[in-house]
Amino acid sequence: MATEVARARPDRPAFVLWDWLRQNLFNNWYNSVISVVILVVVFQAMSGFVGWALTAPGWSAAITNLKVLTTWTYPTDQVWRPALAVWIVALLLGMSGGVWRGIPQTLAIGFGVIMLILGVLAFALPPAAAPLPVSGPFFLLISGVTTGLGYGLGLRVGEPLRWPLVISWVLVYPVAVLIIRGFGGPLPEVPTNLWGGLMLTMLLSISGIVLSFPLGVLLALGRRSNLPVVKWFCIIYIEFIRGVPLVTVLYMGSLMLPLFLPSQIRIDSVIRAMVAVTLFSAAYLAENVRGGLQSLPKGQAEAARALGLNTLQTTMLITLPQALRAVIPVLVGQFIGLFKDTSLVVIVGLVDLLGAAQNVIGQPQWLGTPGGVWRETFLVIALVYWVFSFTMSRTSKTIEENLSVGHR
Amino acid sequence: MSGHTDSEDIIICENVNKWYGEYHALREVTTTVKKGEVVVIFGPSGSGKSTFIRTINRLEEHQEGKIIVDGIEMTNDIRNIDTIRRETGMVFQQFNLFPHLKVIQNVTLAPIWVRKKTRKESEAKALELLERVGIKEQAHKFPGQLSGGQQQRVAIARALAMEPRIMLFDEPTSALDPEMIKEVLDVMKELARSGMTMLCVTHEMAFAREVADRMIFMDRGQIVEEGTPEQIFSAPRHERTKLFLSQIL
Repeated sequence: MATEVARARPDRPAFVLWDWLRQNLFNNWYNSVISVVILVVVFQAMSGFVGWALTAPGWSAAITNLKVLTTWTYPTDQVWRPALAVWIVALLLGMSGGVWRGIPQTLAIGFGVIMLILGVLAFALPPAAAPLPVSGPFFLLISGVTTGLGYGLGLRVGEPLRWPLVISWVLVYPVAVLIIRGFGGPLPEVPTNLWGGLMLTMLLSISGIVLSFPLGVLLALGRRSNLPVVKWFCIIYIEFIRGVPLVTVLYMGSLMLPLFLPSQIRIDSVIRAMVAVTLFSAAYLAENVRGGLQSLPKGQAEAARALGLNTLQTTMLITLPQALRAVIPVLVGQFIGLFKDTSLVVIVGLVDLLGAAQNVIGQPQWLGTPGGVWRETFLVIALVYWVFSFTMSRTSKTIEENLSVGHR
Repeated sequence: MSGHTDSEDIIICENVNKWYGEYHALREVTTTVKKGEVVVIFGPSGSGKSTFIRTINRLEEHQEGKIIVDGIEMTNDIRNIDTIRRETGMVFQQFNLFPHLKVIQNVTLAPIWVRKKTRKESEAKALELLERVGIKEQAHKFPGQLSGGQQQRVAIARALAMEPRIMLFDEPTSALDPEMIKEVLDVMKELARSGMTMLCVTHEMAFAREVADRMIFMDRGQIVEEGTPEQIFSAPRHERTKLFLSQIL
């Protein structure tokens, strides 16, 4: 006779460090030996690194050159302009966090808290060259506080802010570029040959990501098109770009293009780099998106067509949303790659974060420092690259988890 | 407005031929379906029965012959194809629900985008249809959270939301676990009794016996024999039909 056998799952045994160690690290003699050796090596390396880091003479190179690393030769009395751009973004980020919660909230809180902590720490640093409101600590503190204010506003107002925020996010990049570049009057024009550092890295990366995404999607759809002209144009474009290194595309953009164009037309070197990075990234993105489209069962498009949806509706409502979801991890991986690849613009004479760091290392005042200052300086910018890349990576993971709810 | 010359005949197929490369998939298929008729198409795999009903809403293109659906001839004219697709609902073996949309969104999608109805109107109608197929309470779940039988019922509701004049069923129960077949067949029976014109590719012979007005047996791309369920089951005229029935009954 059948009896009811379902019962509550037994409690998980409590975590006991000693048991864990014995089960995982010392469960037999050779594992114990391996564990001990690894622990010794790790400890040696860590203590060596910490010992060096605490006594290293070269940290001051990065610290006294924060202005150079972030904005390169941007006029010091105008540095408040890129700072203003950051504050605008901080405000939007905070408001988005308050309105949408979820991922924007995590990003806003993370950004705000990091800015406040860095701001407090920055008071311990020697005063920077910039005038008050944007010298290191104040810039950071204002960024953090602005994020917080935006967040509060977003929470309070909520729903009605949605559309204004979406529109603001679309406009914020051109507005930021306009503020940074200037147009005379209260904002005197700052030519792009003075731009550089982290600011340039961010501008190149963001334009590359934002512009290559729609372009890549269009190329992917074009490659699957039934129209031979569109299809072949996309195939030739994608395969050509994928067949050459980014360095080549950058050279083409900055050295070859001016030769082909009439001499009256001078395209700004930063814009040329932006275009090169975007065009390069779009070709790879197209193939990733196409992979996502290819992975969908044929029945999805058939069901949409059978319901009477036209080709455009089928693509926009059924196949593309599913394809993009499927390739989020790949796309974010590609964006992280693009972010780091922008450091290649050094070879066409632009000075991004990496270029600025190299320049700092070569400054004559560090000649006397034993061993030079390159280790410390590169560590600092590596940390900056890592923070951004890691944020993108984690965000992608969260998006994936959110989207996988109820998904087969 | 296309002319309804003969209001009784809703689907007319004359000498329909289709090739996949060199393979002759449909051979001189000629038949007529009357309004409100329930037709069951059966036959061995590869006999062209799925291909045939997929030519009726142009998921497959025929190369020769004439297909007229609800007075509109199926040509390469995209407007004719779109009109016919709006008039015909289709249910697939693999359900083909949209996994990124909730059940209710699956059902309202086409009414909103194709029929240009308001969201409110479409949702009310969708809930009504989901109730009719017995899964109203699942409206706000994703298809992936439903059983196969429930998914297929959503697919039927999705097709009905377009208020089609004809429903095409392409082996709707073949991918289902045995205990779920009944719930889908019950919905189809109810639909048949409501007067819907239905073309069903299926091997559910009990279903055919109960609700079909006519049965079509296909083999190697041709219609071998057609008749009422009584004729087909008790006195099949062709050896091939007899053999096939003896194997599946």
